[in-house]
Amino acid sequence: MIAIKEIEKVGAYTQLMYRVFAKPDKWSMFFRQYKEELKKQGIESLAIVVIISIFIGAVITIQMIKNMENPLLPNTLIGLATRDILLLEFSSAILCLILAGKVGSNISSEIGTMRITEQIDALDIMGVNSANFLILPKITAFVTIMPFLVLTSMFVGIIGGYGVAVFTDMITVKAYESGIQYSFTPYYITYSIIKSVIFAFIITSVSAFYGYTVSEKGGALEVGKASTDAVVNSSVLILLFDIMLTKLLL
Amino acid sequence: MIEVNHATKTFDDGKTVLKDVSTIFETGKTNLIIGQSGSGKTVLMKSVVGIFRINSGEILYDGRNITLMKRKELNMLRREIGMLFQGSALFDSMSVLENVKFPLDMFTEKDEKEKTERALFCLNRVGLDEVVNHAPSQISGGQQKRAAIARAIVMNPKYLFCDEPNSGLDPKTSLVIDKLIQDITHEFNITTIINTHDMNSVMEIGENIVFISNGVKAWQGTKDEIFDTDCEPLEKFIFASNLYKEIKKAHNFFHDKDSTKQK
Repeated sequence: MIAIKEIEKVGAYTQLMYRVFAKPDKWSMFFRQYKEELKKQGIESLAIVVIISIFIGAVITIQMIKNMENPLLPNTLIGLATRDILLLEFSSAILCLILAGKVGSNISSEIGTMRITEQIDALDIMGVNSANFLILPKITAFVTIMPFLVLTSMFVGIIGGYGVAVFTDMITVKAYESGIQYSFTPYYITYSIIKSVIFAFIITSVSAFYGYTVSEKGGALEVGKASTDAVVNSSVLILLFDIMLTKLLL
Repeated sequence: MIEVNHATKTFDDGKTVLKDVSTIFETGKTNLIIGQSGSGKTVLMKSVVGIFRINSGEILYDGRNITLMKRKELNMLRREIGMLFQGSALFDSMSVLENVKFPLDMFTEKDEKEKTERALFCLNRVGLDEVVNHAPSQISGGQQKRAAIARAIVMNPKYLFCDEPNSGLDPKTSLVIDKLIQDITHEFNITTIINTHDMNSVMEIGENIVFISNGVKAWQGTKDEIFDTDCEPLEKFIFASNLYKEIKKAHNFFHDKDSTKQK
């Protein structure tokens, strides 16, 4: 029974995406919405990305120092480990899990509220493809802004570790610097960006699906539930795709 | 004119909400669908608009059968439709003026000045000149309804649908909204369909009334014929209120008096 329900959900999601990826009714309106979404999802997420990345970068560095207090391990490994953790996993997967909470819940509650207040019906009655009008700008905006958020996170995270070297005597600046430059593989950045773009699609499309399918009579409770479901399901899917993409791309 | 012929609607749970309903909604008149809560009037209206697909029967918009239309054709037809929702359904992220301008932005190639002029004309027509730059949340329920009417008529629709336009409004504001809808219907010769259970609206603007009971069309007539009905469910519906019992007594009294005079 549960399996059938889940299959039905996948079917409904596919049908919704078919409507989402139609040609917009009017391109000028699409670009207006797209710019709005870039600002709402991208620029307004920048602050949280910077704060989290700088602190996590610093914390990873401190933990690496504590775990590598061994005279046989060179100090350069601390910078190297911090860099690789940030590049390979934190700035793509973990950052997207955090953004699933912020952006995902925002999308599902916004669209869900539009559903229960009949704003989506109003669009449909006007002859507007509501799924395309509301969801496509969100998906495209988040997918295009995500690589910049990831690159910012990587850069700021490394700066966070650098701060530990500058402001404490746990590691020298020179050792940290040589560590982050040691055995650098540029492909890690490409790998991280590919993952994040896919995760951005998962976050926006899954959250939009839960918001769009809120029952009209459900009220605030249903919107809250949709918001929770959106975050939980997109997080699980991110983790699942993280394993698959890591196996495929590395 | 909108014709509904033998419309039947059954939901996935097996419940039949509309049973072989046939009726005509006339152009240039305020057509009212009335009935108790759960009688099927909202389903009838949503079926006519095309939100629900009926299982059998046909719905003709000036001869165009919407039950046979594909999504694209239906979207084209919907550009001739204006709709006023129960909760107004104004877009929260836009100002009142932007809400009214929205259909013009979506479907016309007019320049910004022309679109603003047209939107302001419609807002002026509903008496909302002073709040054009307010957000929907900053204006009263009655003003929201009027803004929604302005948005519904901005594209010069042929058909206007109003779902419980008086819900949540005080009697005086309800009257203003009712008169506004009726005036617009006559002025622009629109086919207007109003879904309501407000008897004041029925008596004020009911030019063609369709009474739905348990998914069946139980009666159709005008506001002048409604007191003389012998339809039992309609009588129960109208005279649930003591006020209308008294009005009926007065109606009968004057009716008898007129008959005696004529004799």
